[in-house]
Formats: sequence, C-alpha cells, structure tokens
Amino acid sequence: MSSVVNTAVDLRAESRDVVVTRLDSAVDWARKNSCWPMPMGLACCAIELMATGASRFDISRFGAEVMRFSPRQSDLMVVAGTCVYKMAGVVKRLWEQMPNPKWCIAMGACASTGGMYRSYAVVQGIDRILPVDVYISGCPPRPEALLEALMALQRQIENEKSIENLRQDQHQPRMGGAPVRGPIVVQG
Amino acid sequence: MTPQAAVQQLVEHLGEGVGESAEFRGEVTMVVGRDKIAAACRFLKEHCGFDMLTDLSGIDNYGEEPRFAVAYHLYSLTHRCPLRLKVLLDEDDALVDSVVGVWSTASWHEREAYDMFGIRFAGHPNLKRILMWEGYPHHPLRKDFPLAGLPADLPATAEEAGRVETANMLGGPYFSGPGQRGTVSREPRQYDTAAEQADKLSSPNKAEPV
Amino acid sequence: MATQREMEIIDSAYRAQLALEEELSGDKMLVNMGPSHPSTHGVLRVILELDGEVITDLTTDIGYLHRGDEKIAENMTYTQFIPYTDRLDYLSPLANNVAYAYAVEKLLGVTVPPRCQYIRVICSELARISSHLLGVGAMSIDLGAMSVFLYTFAEREKIYNLCECLSGARFTTSYTRIGGLAHDMPAEFAPMLRQFLDEIPAAIDETDKLLSRNKIFLARTKDIGVLSRADAIDLGTTGPILRASGVDWDIRKVHPYSGYEYFDFEVPVGTVGDCYDRYLVRMEEMRQSVSILRQAIEKLPEGPVNVDDPKIVLPEKKAVLTRMEELIHQFIQVTAGINAPPGEVYFSAENPKGELGFYIVSKGGGTPHRLKIRGPSFVNLQALQKMSVGHMVADLISILGSIDFVMGECDR
Repeated sequence: MSSVVNTAVDLRAESRDVVVTRLDSAVDWARKNSCWPMPMGLACCAIELMATGASRFDISRFGAEVMRFSPRQSDLMVVAGTCVYKMAGVVKRLWEQMPNPKWCIAMGACASTGGMYRSYAVVQGIDRILPVDVYISGCPPRPEALLEALMALQRQIENEKSIENLRQDQHQPRMGGAPVRGPIVVQG
Repeated sequence: MTPQAAVQQLVEHLGEGVGESAEFRGEVTMVVGRDKIAAACRFLKEHCGFDMLTDLSGIDNYGEEPRFAVAYHLYSLTHRCPLRLKVLLDEDDALVDSVVGVWSTASWHEREAYDMFGIRFAGHPNLKRILMWEGYPHHPLRKDFPLAGLPADLPATAEEAGRVETANMLGGPYFSGPGQRGTVSREPRQYDTAAEQADKLSSPNKAEPV
Repeated sequence: MATQREMEIIDSAYRAQLALEEELSGDKMLVNMGPSHPSTHGVLRVILELDGEVITDLTTDIGYLHRGDEKIAENMTYTQFIPYTDRLDYLSPLANNVAYAYAVEKLLGVTVPPRCQYIRVICSELARISSHLLGVGAMSIDLGAMSVFLYTFAEREKIYNLCECLSGARFTTSYTRIGGLAHDMPAEFAPMLRQFLDEIPAAIDETDKLLSRNKIFLARTKDIGVLSRADAIDLGTTGPILRASGVDWDIRKVHPYSGYEYFDFEVPVGTVGDCYDRYLVRMEEMRQSVSILRQAIEKLPEGPVNVDDPKIVLPEKKAVLTRMEELIHQFIQVTAGINAPPGEVYFSAENPKGELGFYIVSKGGGTPHRLKIRGPSFVNLQALQKMSVGHMVADLISILGSIDFVMGECDR
C-alpha cells in the first residue's frame, strides 16, 4: 500500500518537475528578453550607453530599449560612470527601490573598480555598495561591449531557476556560501 | 586699457595695501592686501571696465608663509584685457572679503574655495560646501590631505552606502622625481601578495634599478 | 436659469507673474529633482520651491560627479593628465585635449608648428559639432521630439568614426600631446572628413526643419529662460549662452589661438537671450564649424606636427633605441615629466560649452603645483536660478536643455 502511495507521490513530483522546468524556461525567456534598464548614467559611459540605445547599435533588438528612469519599473541597473561618495547613497537607495528580480551591470572601469580615479572622492568600484552581475572593462567600453555584456547576462538569466527559487530571496548575496551567479567579466 | 595701465590706476587709487606686480608670458599678476581686495575689485569693475570675473581659485603653498592664496582672474569685455589679482592669506586666519557684491559669479567659486581649502569669505550669502557634502570634515585640496583620502562618514541620509574609505593607491602616483622610489618597486603586478608589496614598499632598496 | 458670467482667461506668463507678486493660496512645496533624472543631463540635483506649478525659488546642488581631478593633477605629470581632460566635457573630448595642450604650451613658452595648429582646429570644430548635436538632440528628446535625438546620434556616430580614424578611440581620444599631437593625421582621414562635410549640412538642415518652426517647440522655448545681457556678464556665463544674450564675444575671434585668425567664419549672436535663441546660436555655430572644417582641410599645410624640442616631445623610437641622448630625454620625460619653468598662466579656449580655462601654477618640475580647471558648465549653471524663477516646472526642462551643461566639467 505504502509503495503505491510512494510511487504516486514520486510520479507527481516528476511531473511537477517537468512543469516547473517548462515554466522556468518560459519565465527566464521572458525575463531575459525584456530587461528594462535603469540607466544610472553618471559620467562619460552614459554617452556610450545612449549611443547603444540609439539607432546604430540599437539595444532595442535585445528588448532593453525601454530605459526607465524610474527604479520601480526597471529590472537592470546599468551603472555607467564614476560613482562618487556623494552619489553613493543615491545609487544605493535607487538599487533598494528596484523590485526583484533585478540585475546590475557595472559598465566601464570607473564603475568596476574606480577606474583611473584613485582619489578621495570616488567609490573604488560600485560593487562596494551593490552586488554586480557583469563587469565591463573599457573607458568607455564600446557599445558592442555593452551589448556583449547584456547578452552574457541574458545567458545567465536563461539558466536561472526562477520558479524554483521563488521561495528564496531572488537575488542571492554574492558572498556567504549562497550560489554565486556571476560575476561575468567582459572585455571592452 | 592694458593690464599695466589698469595696475597703474589701481595703485593710484588704493595707495598702500597693494603689493608687487609681476609679468609672466604676457600676463600681469598683482598682489593685493586682503582688506583692500573688495575695494580693488569694485574700482576695477566700475572705473576700468573689468566687467567679468572669469575665475577665482584658491592655492595652497604648503610650507611657505603665508600659506594660502586666492587668485582672481578679471576680464574686461570692452577693452579685451585680462588681469590677475592675488591675495595672500595666513593659515590660521584664512579670511577674506567676498566679492559677490561686485560680480555674482563669485558665489560658487568662493564656495568651492571654501570647500577645497577652508578659506572663508566674509559677507558671502551662502558659504556652504558645494562639491563635497555638508558635514565632510576635510578640505581636500590642501597639500597635507592625501590623494587617497581619509576615512569619513557619509551623510545621515546615505548611511546604508557605508563609509568613505581611503583608495588603494597601489604605490602610485606613477611618476618619479629625484629622491623618490623607483618605478620598478612601485609596480603592483610584480608582487604575489599584498603583504609582499607592503613589505617591499616600506623598506628602501638602494640597489634596485630605477 | 443660465446666467452669463465673465471668465478671465489667464495665460501662463500672466499666472507666473501673479505667483511672484502675491501669495496664491496654499503652502509652497519643496520638490527634489535629480540627481538621477532623465532631464538633468547628468547628475545634477535641483531643489525646487513650488507654488503650484510655478517655481518660486530654486537651489542647485552639484558635486555628484566630483572626482578630484585637480588633486589628481597635482600628482601627475602634465602628459599623464591628458586622459583626464578628455573626461571633463565628455561630449567634446578633442576640444578639451586641445585647450589643455595649449595651456601647458603657454606655460612652457613654445609654439606648435602650423600643421599641428590646423589639425587642432579640425579637432576643436569636430568636437563642437559633436557637442552641439548632442545638445540639440538631448534638448529635443526632453521636450518630446524623440526623432531628432536619433537623427543627431546617427550623425554623431559619423564623428565617432572620424575620431576613431584619427586617434584610435571613438570617444575619449587623448589625441594631443604637449608640444604637438600623439601622431600625425592618417592618410584616410582627409577623404573621410570631406565625405562627412558633404553629408552633415543636410542633417543639420533636417534638424532645423523639424524644430525651428515647430509650433510646440516654439511654444516651449520662446521667451522661456530669458537671461539679460547684464545678467549674463555679471554671472560670468560664456559660450552660446553669452552670445544668445546679445554679447558678441568669442575667444576664437577676440584672442585667437591655434591659427583661428586665418579662418573666415562668423559668430552668431542672439537678441533675446531665451531658450530659442540659445538653440539657434548652436545650430548656426554648427554650420560655421562645417565652414571652418572645409577651410582647414583644404588649406592644411605640410610639415612636422611636433615641436622640435627633445625636452618636450618624445624623440623618435628608432633614435631612442640606438642613441644615448635620445634615450635620456625619453627616460626623463616619461618618468619625471616635462620640466616646466616656475610661474603661472591662465589659458582659455572657446569650447562648445563656453570658455574652458586652465590656470596652472608651476613651481618648476614635471607636475603642476596647482591646476585649476575653469569649467564653463560650473559657471553657466549659476545662471539657472536667474533664468528659472517665475517659470513653471515644464519650462525648467527647456532651460536645462538650453544651458547644455555637462557635469564632468562642472564638478571635475
């Protein structure tokens, strides 16, 4: 009797897995193809970000054209430019205001490590205040590099198990034992 | 109106309280006493036609007396003639009259000089920090303030962003003068660990190649 | 039973005037705009005191991009600082490179050869077109004309191609060196530039057709943000803002540098000093820049691009690797920097945003004792309060777009 019950339970678990996997793929596909960026355009990299959004490089092909300046409506924060300490609180607060799921791209040398500005006023890398998924090197990185970073992020998103992870906090911390999803480094 | 003519008129008008005037690369710099600067600026604007203040900057001559200087770059649109005035200030009494009443544009320049050097301007309507945040405890462009910065607190509204930390200079800045450590010992890629680098940087190595 | 009542129709200008004169009902509201805001063109924070929609007071809060350039300059040699000048006005990096090189050359007391001067003029004017295209494009996307933004960015991509051909980088070029240029103009640059000059007037005309007689654009920019001539001079504004307010002043004409005295061009001057005038001045400056570029590329002289002084310019690599004297010069320049005489200079250039000035105090040696960067946007932004009080919040967007500032050179 119990074996029948166990088998029934197992079968249901398998079918649940199949449903969940299919749902995962669908949700991940939707998420990766509609990453609406929140352009944290701080300095020169913002100009290359705008150029990526313009017609020659056309980030719209990747579904990321809708540059929402409202954090409540965006998924992807592209930190483009130097973050100085005066601005750090603002960036952090906007990051906290973004709803899950959210990702972050550190575009350029200044956002990744502080860049060539080793000075008293510059945060030496935006990953000191937020978890970053993709780092792009370059000063500024070419729009192609930003698109490559977006594609790398999309590859990462499509492998996320969104539904399975629904119960847990979507954005796992970078350090402390939880599965690390990145960081991915893209040469710009 | 040439800069020299303007200087001449200024000296005649002010009498004493005016220092030396120097010329370098075709520019005239005139040192003015700090209690005479506002009167000098007003005279130059109203009588000599210097209607624009192009720039106002602080200078820190650390190690010299007087320590601070404020340089005023005046310009006359009608006569197409520039002039530089300088005021020298002691370290413990870095106070000078504001020239906001003469040219409104001095407002932000003076705030920046206060923010970066700690030079105070008497009579300024709003002498607050402009580039760093209110409550930042240091004056960054002073020579005794390191380029990497000093630890400080962020404003209360931005507490979640952590604290201001010093930047890791990795042995830089990367140029050498006589008597300085060689570039080889400062090159960060040479070391396997931070400890090794710190060890190397702290001990002077006389036999190293430059 | 219907009664007839007289209704008073109050238009926006009259309402703004009323708001300033008398206390309308209700308390004033403090609204924060920025530093992350699509229309602030960078990280600018503006704190508005509003009475309904009308701005009664405005406070500008800058410093959200203060990177410590001037302190960094005190710790770098003159040549090492050149990449930092790119990032000042990051919409026109070539122009900043040129201005900085001339400032240090003034300190050293050297004059670059004519070919270098002409190439630097080409750099400055290309940067001017690039910056104004973005200025007009950003202003129009803020006002709702999105197509203009895409058109101007397409033209800027052509300028990026030219910059890439010239210096190797699309954007942050670091092309000039003290005493000359990084390298001479490549052979394929001149035909590319000529082709660009054939195409750009059509693009400027297209933008003109879309905006200049557009009723909505006119309604949003005419008589908005008026800055009188006296105020413009008192506030120290320079560049298109000063010219739009009626002051005929352009450093290229008044104190010509880099051979500008040999070029034939006009300086557009406005009359009213409103947003529309500033827009028209920028459009006309682009056309004049095209004319200067044509003259420059036709009259480009032959010859060396660097000053013939081994203490200032790096010697040829062949000589460095084989001869002692050149090796020593290379070594000293790279490690310790160019030995500048003690003294102080102020040099200013006509950048697209206004007068970019460098005040260099040198106590001898390879690094400056003090390098003050007089950023035009820092000074121009002071005029924001004067221009905006009494207008409505939507007008503030037009005004911000028309000032065309960039925070890189404002905060440094």
